[in-house]
Amino acid sequence: MSVFIIRRLIQSSLVIVAMSLIVFFSVNVIGNPVDILINPEFDQEEMDRAIKALGLDLPIWQQYLHFVKNAFQGDFGRSFVFGESALKLIIQRVPATLELAFTALILSILIGIPLGLFAGLRPDSPVSKTIMGGSILGFSLPTFWVGIMMIMIFAVVLGVLPSTGRGETVTILGIRVSFLTWDGLKHLLMPAVNLALLKISLVIRLTRAGTREVILQDYVKFARAKGLSDRRVIFVHVLKNILIPVITVIGLELGNLIAFSVVTETVFAWPGMGKLIIDAIQLLDRPIIVAYLMIIVFMFVTINLVVDILYSVLDPRVRLQDIKA
Amino acid sequence: MTEMPETEIQTNFAAAKAPAVETSLRRFISDFTENRIAVCALMVLLVVVLIAVFAPLISPQNPYNLAEIDIMDGRLPPGSASMSGMTFWLGTDDQGRDMLSAIFYGLRISLGVGAMSGFIALCLGTCIGLAAAYFGGRVDTVIMRLVDLQLSFPAILIALMLLAILGRGVDKIVIALITVQWAYYARTVRGSALVERGKEYIEAAHGLALGKVRIVFRHLMPNVLPPLIVVGTVQVAHAILLEATLSFLGIGVPITKPSLGLLIFTGFEYMMSGKYWISFFPGIALLITIVSINLVGDQLRDVLNPRLQR
Repeated sequence: MSVFIIRRLIQSSLVIVAMSLIVFFSVNVIGNPVDILINPEFDQEEMDRAIKALGLDLPIWQQYLHFVKNAFQGDFGRSFVFGESALKLIIQRVPATLELAFTALILSILIGIPLGLFAGLRPDSPVSKTIMGGSILGFSLPTFWVGIMMIMIFAVVLGVLPSTGRGETVTILGIRVSFLTWDGLKHLLMPAVNLALLKISLVIRLTRAGTREVILQDYVKFARAKGLSDRRVIFVHVLKNILIPVITVIGLELGNLIAFSVVTETVFAWPGMGKLIIDAIQLLDRPIIVAYLMIIVFMFVTINLVVDILYSVLDPRVRLQDIKA
Repeated sequence: MTEMPETEIQTNFAAAKAPAVETSLRRFISDFTENRIAVCALMVLLVVVLIAVFAPLISPQNPYNLAEIDIMDGRLPPGSASMSGMTFWLGTDDQGRDMLSAIFYGLRISLGVGAMSGFIALCLGTCIGLAAAYFGGRVDTVIMRLVDLQLSFPAILIALMLLAILGRGVDKIVIALITVQWAYYARTVRGSALVERGKEYIEAAHGLALGKVRIVFRHLMPNVLPPLIVVGTVQVAHAILLEATLSFLGIGVPITKPSLGLLIFTGFEYMMSGKYWISFFPGIALLITIVSINLVGDQLRDVLNPRLQR
């Protein structure tokens, strides 16, 4: 087990090192940092001084080591636009994104599993066919367009939900959250549903497929033969067995939700890290871009590492296969 | 039971005479047409593709020819008439462009980018996947590690990272979409090529001392095509959707080449004042395209899946 974890840890660190190389070199070699970082109105002498001050006269590998050293101290430079530490700006935005992603995750489970279960138990009923048709639509609908249409219907025409921002927030343990105030909840509802749509479709399909497989199993037949009530068979014997794969996949989708929140945050002007990066790209705010890329890589590598370790705990075959390979 | 009925001999004879390709193609067509929804979807898709190809010929106006548009016609609701008497069936945008024409031209860019990136990714992914399966060993390990690593990141994130570094532009978004997609093709091809590699016809080809390149491309590749076609249709839909999303975020195609996603973005700011049509109709066009591709893909998967072969 510890061998497995150590191997995975080494692999993950290698990925982070590789990504830092790619990000650093693509930003510094493809784009010319002199043009970006130094005031173009400087004369040659001032320019040379500025280049020296920024360490741009050093060989590129020394610059990279410098970058790594700073990155370890949490220093990715200052945002050109906000004039604050890039890392700090991003960290400030993380709770908003996580709140949105987790709400969407919970929504997709609460809506997806009952619908999928129903569709799996009664595959031929017209309601099930509607549910499955809806799930195809959920896969095909462009998230951002649905978001715009939701704003159109609920904010512009009906005027019942606010269209932008987080609303009133409450601070818990130093983190600002929206879901504890009525105003905050109203602001959270549309973005969360929008972000959850794709995942709801996914959960419906997974649950339906799982249900159809499980109801054919011997233990379900046996439970029915024992004379257990339908309710008990479905909620204990069927549901319990389909939950494991569904929850695993949903857990894996958390990363995906965080990534996709970029879109939802842009549509609903939700002040998360996704909105920040899109603004930074448009304004060519390089320190923010670099910091965001490094943080997101770190985040995903960590998520993948945790998932891998959890998998190997739950399913020893994964671990053994890896040692053999 | 010693004599076969004459009719059966005849049908056997006919089956033996007909070229193999044609019968399997015929069976494929008859299997595919079993599902009426898929046939409708295919026809819709054909219409969409034809519109995209012939957009300059069928559009009521050229929305990017400044001489043809009039800013006085800006933001007219659907069905209103222009200063020169032309009817805007789907309304106009802020510049006074006919939305119908803008959508036709937008489809051209959306489909073009999607199909081109899909095709290049398919070629690249197929070659890499075949190499992994055929050579095995260390080549296989390295390639598959890379594929696994890439697939552990969401596609939108990889595209976002690339475009953050490269900047916006049609060529850049094509590069981003290829980077995102090749891994899916490589994985699919490798999976089915590994199965095919163990079969006797490959052994026979080796026995005939055919060259490696010939074996891989003439013998192995045709047999891994069916799953590739299925993945290909789904991926093209994904690519179109991803391009639209990125263009909507303002990091995709440039303003001079508006795809459907960029048209929706343009309309977004007028949404709040109730001018829904600038965003609404391009979205519908996008939706029709994606849904029809997905439905065709679903049916292709059912027809081409050997496990479901009747």
